[in-house]
Amino acid sequence: MEEERKPLRLVTVAGPPTCGKTSVLRHVACHLQTDGLAVGVIKLDCLTTNDAERYRQAGLVHVAQGLSGSLCPDHFFAGNVPRLLAWGKQRQLDFLFLESAGLCNRCSPHVKGALAICVLDHLGGVQLPAKVGPMLRSADLVVATRGDLVSQAEREVFALEANHHAPKARVLSVQGRTGQGTLELARKIERMASPLPPEEPRLRFSMPSAVCSYCLGETRLGDERQIGNLKLLELPA
Amino acid sequence: MKAVELEIDAGRDRDGNPETFGTLHLRTGDLVALVGPTGSGKSRLLADIEWLSQGDSPTGRHVRIHHADGTEPSDNPLHRVAQLSQSMQFTLDLDVGSFLQLHARAREVPDPHEAVARVVESACTLCGESFSVTTHLSALSGGQSRALMISDTAILASAPVVLVDEVENAGVDRRKAMDLLVSQEKIVLLATHDPLLALLAPWRLVFSHGGIRSVRERTESEEELLHEFELLDQRQGEVRERLRGGHSAVAGED
Repeated sequence: MEEERKPLRLVTVAGPPTCGKTSVLRHVACHLQTDGLAVGVIKLDCLTTNDAERYRQAGLVHVAQGLSGSLCPDHFFAGNVPRLLAWGKQRQLDFLFLESAGLCNRCSPHVKGALAICVLDHLGGVQLPAKVGPMLRSADLVVATRGDLVSQAEREVFALEANHHAPKARVLSVQGRTGQGTLELARKIERMASPLPPEEPRLRFSMPSAVCSYCLGETRLGDERQIGNLKLLELPA
Repeated sequence: MKAVELEIDAGRDRDGNPETFGTLHLRTGDLVALVGPTGSGKSRLLADIEWLSQGDSPTGRHVRIHHADGTEPSDNPLHRVAQLSQSMQFTLDLDVGSFLQLHARAREVPDPHEAVARVVESACTLCGESFSVTTHLSALSGGQSRALMISDTAILASAPVVLVDEVENAGVDRRKAMDLLVSQEKIVLLATHDPLLALLAPWRLVFSHGGIRSVRERTESEEELLHEFELLDQRQGEVRERLRGGHSAVAGED
């Protein structure tokens, strides 16, 4: 009964590797914590991470991390959401941020009823938004980092491109290293995130429907090994 | 570009001491220098303007932007403040013309070809070494690319406020660059440690401890000093050109 007292607000944060997710989130979570909110951050990564330590060093209290290892990182993420939510509720958090590893661009960790943030690096170029896929398309907020290193023209074209692929999202330029814009981002998140509905959580975008021999650990590449869901490239004659 | 008025109500510095300037009124065509040591609060002022803070930022300042014709300003921070700084680069793998076309189309400019030509022409007058629409972005010299960035921001960026951050060593004609921005109906905020640039502005905001300590108007004797600096700057420019052309630094020697 105690656990139900505070409504938990869930925020999913996704973006390609090294785009600045942790740098931005560290500032944002600290601003919210300074406002007196109980804030948790969980980092889900693929191979290595010391991000939990970075979050703790920034002064955050409720921090956890996990590595997908040999598992598909998106399945790892999806499979853990119920436990992570329970952890957040048990700790009476106001906000729980789930930061996902930069994945293959096919999937998206965004959850219905949670605030979805996609982080993109300006240095990825103005073609980046077209290549990112559902983690951008299904986002509510797009955070564009390292805008201090590219021209105003590129920032404007980048924002337009991002909005073209995520028409409902706001695109905000924020600097993770200096923290510029992170206070304003934190305020925006506070206004936009709503309590998670009581129903069973659902992904906004489904995972791949494929199961092939390689999902099961096959390493040999011969024709006869190609079983399961297979798609062949069409080559010019 | 629409005429815009910017109002900033005083807040407080990092130690909580109130700022004493009351309300600052700026309008399109104004050039204001921001001076003070690194970390003294210049970026915070920019962020306050960019996000139209309503007493909710660490300075507690209130910022308002009005259009003279009564229309609402953009609700997108990117279209409120444009930034130009020494650390910015062009990252696109394109020639100058294609790059500017991309920006002009993003801005829905009615005649992109004309706008592109205008940007290139004014960039060339800023840096003194001409280039064309077919020059690749990566082939631009430091001065050319800074000039292109300034001219593009002046002519194609929508934001009514431009922050120019430490462009002193950029290899561009600094006065012409400021004149260009101001002539395109921008409010230009110029953060600088360069005395010539700081004196170019009729007004300057002095920063310390995260706040604006004072607002100073350029005096007549400071204007005389500016004139002196400009002559010196011009002289240095001439010597630079002589050296670059393989001549003696001293006119008349060869």
